[in-house]
Amino acid sequence: MTAFPREAFPRLRGEKRRPALAAAAAFLFALPAFAADIPLPDRRSGYAFMGPDTRAMQDDDTQNPATLAVLEGEALWARKAGAAGRACADCHGDARESMTGAAARYPRFDDASAGPIDLEGRIMQCRARRQEAPPLARESRELLALSAFVARQSRGLPVADAVAADARLAPFLERGRALFRRRQGQIALSCAQCHDDNWGKSLAGNAIPQAHPTGYPLYRLEWQSVGSLQRRLRNCMIGMRAEPYAYGAPEYLDLALYLAWRARGMTMEAPAVRP
Amino acid sequence: MTAQALIHFPKKARRGEVIEIRTMISHPMETGFRRTQQGEPIPRNIITAFVCRYNDVEVFRADLFPALTANPFLAFHTVAAESGTLTFTWTGDDGFRAEERAKIEVG
Amino acid sequence: MDDGAAAMRSRGMTRRGMLMAGLAALPAGAALTVIVRPAAATPEAMQEAIRRITGGAPLRRGRVRLEIPPLSENGNSVACAVAVDSPMTAADHVKAIHVVTEKNPQPNVIGVHLGPRAGRARIATRLRLSDTQTVTAIAALSDGSFWAESANVIVTMGACLEDAL
Ligand code: HEC
Ligand code: HEC
Repeated sequence: MTAFPREAFPRLRGEKRRPALAAAAAFLFALPAFAADIPLPDRRSGYAFMGPDTRAMQDDDTQNPATLAVLEGEALWARKAGAAGRACADCHGDARESMTGAAARYPRFDDASAGPIDLEGRIMQCRARRQEAPPLARESRELLALSAFVARQSRGLPVADAVAADARLAPFLERGRALFRRRQGQIALSCAQCHDDNWGKSLAGNAIPQAHPTGYPLYRLEWQSVGSLQRRLRNCMIGMRAEPYAYGAPEYLDLALYLAWRARGMTMEAPAVRP
Repeated sequence: MTAQALIHFPKKARRGEVIEIRTMISHPMETGFRRTQQGEPIPRNIITAFVCRYNDVEVFRADLFPALTANPFLAFHTVAAESGTLTFTWTGDDGFRAEERAKIEVG
Repeated sequence: MDDGAAAMRSRGMTRRGMLMAGLAALPAGAALTVIVRPAAATPEAMQEAIRRITGGAPLRRGRVRLEIPPLSENGNSVACAVAVDSPMTAADHVKAIHVVTEKNPQPNVIGVHLGPRAGRARIATRLRLSDTQTVTAIAALSDGSFWAESANVIVTMGACLEDAL
């Protein structure tokens, strides 16, 4: 796949972006690390850290570009595919009923892999097993559209505590927690240092959010497209100068499970908008 | 896969009422100013024109440039003159063309 | 959608080629991007773009309201609305609204053509800004006059990005 430069317009002058993370590292080393969870009442969605214009985009479906993905997902939902010649709708009916709250329960335990599976993985599974259709790649337009459409049916609902519902997830939750707290990458940062200990502080002009996964998949202005939670985690790992895992890697699933548990009870807002 | 468009306006309006129309369409609006890692220029691929017709009469037209965002959003106004059909057409590079129609009831 | 919006799928052309760009299933850890600098538009290029719009007629301040945030979180998407004070009658209306920038690689952002059937001379869109810079909105009126307003926008950018650092 061809690689594309990140910015829509190359920057014309002032390499303001590049040193941001190096400067940030120095900044963070000077800050304390508490290794404590955010108290439940202090939790805030990434929405709370955005400017008014980005909030306005999320608040109004007619201005949220992720709505285009939802509409596309709705069309795909009804389209027959694969050797089985079945559409999602043939088995699941109206997603507004059958998929209400489904996304809020992910990641869940998956018997086949004997570990957590995320919503995208679950849709890929239905696609392969039930539709007998060629696999959809992670971050493909179709998979993002379907997951945006399914996740939209959980908007406004609380994130479920999947671990309380299924004890088999407990060891994976602990692995996710350990990954979140582990210092890694060239600047030896942990996710927790930014997102537990220093949220709300400004990093190169951006507020550090608490890293709640309540909005995914979402439209990120930086991407100029819709992307998944795994893509977002990949971005943070690159920011930490750590080697990102491959899409679908068990580490991402463990992290996603931990993030969902950390956000249990918070309100689903997918598909959200983030800067 | 077709371009996905979203059109939003009140479906019913009073005669003479000024209504707001919001449009959005999936398109990367590739600027033509970027290069790949290999140094290959990425060709420009943008929507260059948008037209809104009200019962086949053009009421609004826009020329678009690379400085509009991906998935361009455009809101404008029109007078609800009579019941009928609004037609929205986007055209652009590489023969891009998308069209939407929507009914309006004016009472 | 479920909100009564007239939301539809387009039966238009495919956009397969451009999709590939959006998918971004990028190999992990690869150093992927380069930043190129095309000839930057300059304040002079913006002046030239304005001259092409006005044909050299004078630009007057007033009547145009440019709504744009003074600080933007990401230059890839900056909300922008332009409203012009006009009765929008057959005898007295806005014919066109243009938005131009000072430092983008190309000065023009959008040009819209309207008339009395618009009822109201106000548009809203979203634009890309390559850097902190001045944005100017120009209205062409039916009496041949041109009116403008400018605003400066400071652009900040995301911290955790996709390209290798
Ligand atoms: C150097 C500080 C830093 C570190 C370390 C870091 N992040 Fe982030 N993270 C950010 C910032 C800043 C954002 C907000 C987006 C932006 O502007 O780039 C963010 C955004 C996020 C989000 C999106 C939240 C939302 O509202 O959508 C998630 C999830 C996330 N980070 C998870 C992680 C995980 C998991 C790790 C460890 C692998 C990590 N981050 C490491 C700074 C950091
Ligand atoms: C042939 C019938 C069939 C088709 C077609 C099908 N599914 Fe499923 N799907 C199922 C069944 C049965 C289950 C639950 C049992 C299981 O497999 O674990 C399920 C489960 C799911 C779940 C998990 C729901 C939850 O609450 O955890 C999601 C999400 C899902 N399907 C999405 C899709 C999507 C999207 C498509 C179309 C791309 C699709 N399915 C096509 C039969 C189907």
